[in-house]
Amino acid sequence: MRAYWLLARTWTRAAAQYPASLAMLTVSQLVITGIDAVAILIIFQHTSSYAGFSLPEVMFLYGTSGVSFAIANALIGTVDQLGQHIRAGTFDAILLRPVPALVQVAADQFSPRRLGKLVQAALVLCIALATLDVQWTVDRIALVPVMIVSGVVIFAAVWVLGASYQFLAGEAAEAMNAATYGGNYVTQYPLSILGRDAIRALTWVIPLAFVNWMPALYILDQPDPLGLPGSVRFASPLVALLLCLVAALVWRAGVRHYRSTGS
Amino acid sequence: MRLYLTVAWASVRRHATYRAAAFGGAFANIVFGFIRAYVLIALWQTKPEIGGYDVAAAVTFCFLTQGLIGPIAVFNGGLPEVAQRVRSGDIALDLYRPADFQGWLLVTDLGRAGPDFVYRSIPPLLAGALVFDLRLPDSPAVWLVLPVTAVLAVVVSFALRYLVMLAATLLHDERGVSSAATILALFFSGIMIPLTLFPVWLRPIAELSPWAATIQVPADIFLGRYHGIALLAALASQAIWALALLGIGRMLTARVRRRVVVQGG
Repeated sequence: MRAYWLLARTWTRAAAQYPASLAMLTVSQLVITGIDAVAILIIFQHTSSYAGFSLPEVMFLYGTSGVSFAIANALIGTVDQLGQHIRAGTFDAILLRPVPALVQVAADQFSPRRLGKLVQAALVLCIALATLDVQWTVDRIALVPVMIVSGVVIFAAVWVLGASYQFLAGEAAEAMNAATYGGNYVTQYPLSILGRDAIRALTWVIPLAFVNWMPALYILDQPDPLGLPGSVRFASPLVALLLCLVAALVWRAGVRHYRSTGS
Repeated sequence: MRLYLTVAWASVRRHATYRAAAFGGAFANIVFGFIRAYVLIALWQTKPEIGGYDVAAAVTFCFLTQGLIGPIAVFNGGLPEVAQRVRSGDIALDLYRPADFQGWLLVTDLGRAGPDFVYRSIPPLLAGALVFDLRLPDSPAVWLVLPVTAVLAVVVSFALRYLVMLAATLLHDERGVSSAATILALFFSGIMIPLTLFPVWLRPIAELSPWAATIQVPADIFLGRYHGIALLAALASQAIWALALLGIGRMLTARVRRRVVVQGG
């Protein structure tokens, strides 16, 4: 943990050497990720109810998914560079240092510009919370931070799983975008827009439904298209923990499997 | 002319090698294609037709435009390879070549797009067709002009990225300028959401923008939304943007050339 913050701070200071560039990059991150929100606004220009959800409700999904994703991305997003480390041979050097390899890869090139998305998503979430028509009971209020933290852990685990796959196929970096960025994109919308099989896959195979969809069903008092028992809506922390465990095991297996490029 | 053909062919061969990476990209394009399709299907369930698209056209639009991301490359911002060469100083070599600088880069980019059309455009359409009823062109005229509109789209995209590259060189800032360019491209090309869904006041502006000429216009041609004169007019709009942007790039090249500071060396 200490090593992570040390590395992150170093990279932040490096990035701060070019303040104008850093500011521009942070703002452009904010705007680029905001384009998804504009798409939602345009959709609601044509309808007032989207798959049974109102605009504040979809914004709530968007905001929770976005905040979780942005934090996970800032903390660990650079693990998708693993393939490059392997190809360039720098992963050998990483393994030699007395700091866990995952920490080094995750903190590599840490940049505060990635938090541009966090600002934007948090803004949408605040607007959603202010305009939602929800009975804010204590358990509903408590569930919001729980789902965000679980979401961060789930996204981070998916990132590590995707990166571990690069131990087998070094050029898979772009394919794993489907799970990470695609996961962020799909959880911005009510999952009920997908077919039932797709929702099942997102519940039991890549459990992205637990990022925000399941807890949001409870908070927004919406029916579950799969008709699962009500307790599943509170299962996010458990799923996050399990997935984290799987990711750690797979990563370890990956490191053990790793053979240097040898050139 | 032979020189440019040779350069283009070398570029085709070079990019045809990275098959695994291209299919990895195509896989991500396919997954996003499905999500985008379901997002639009849910909207179309509230109305059978929006902005002249029925649901089949909207779904086809998603997979088609996902397939265009790779070859058109308009979301890449500038020309990262050239920026890299500016930084390393290799650009001095490019400027010395007995070939036109812009022309050299254009044929290189066209050569890059070739294999991408095969590796990254066809898989999303096939994957989409497995699950949905896609709308394929039914008129022979459309099939005939598809290669033309595709090439024009790449040229417009190149001309835009070339301008971004020039701006980045002048300002010594590559990432800031190219992300600004990416934002405009994401917004106005139709990839975020079909321009047909834009609010009435914004739609004509977006549809006449050069970014529309890279994604929305070729997609609309594929979907058979233009016939006869309108089809020719759509191609002409692409050609006009291509010529205008290449022309501006050409004018500015001469000026930047005098100002460029070769780094390193």
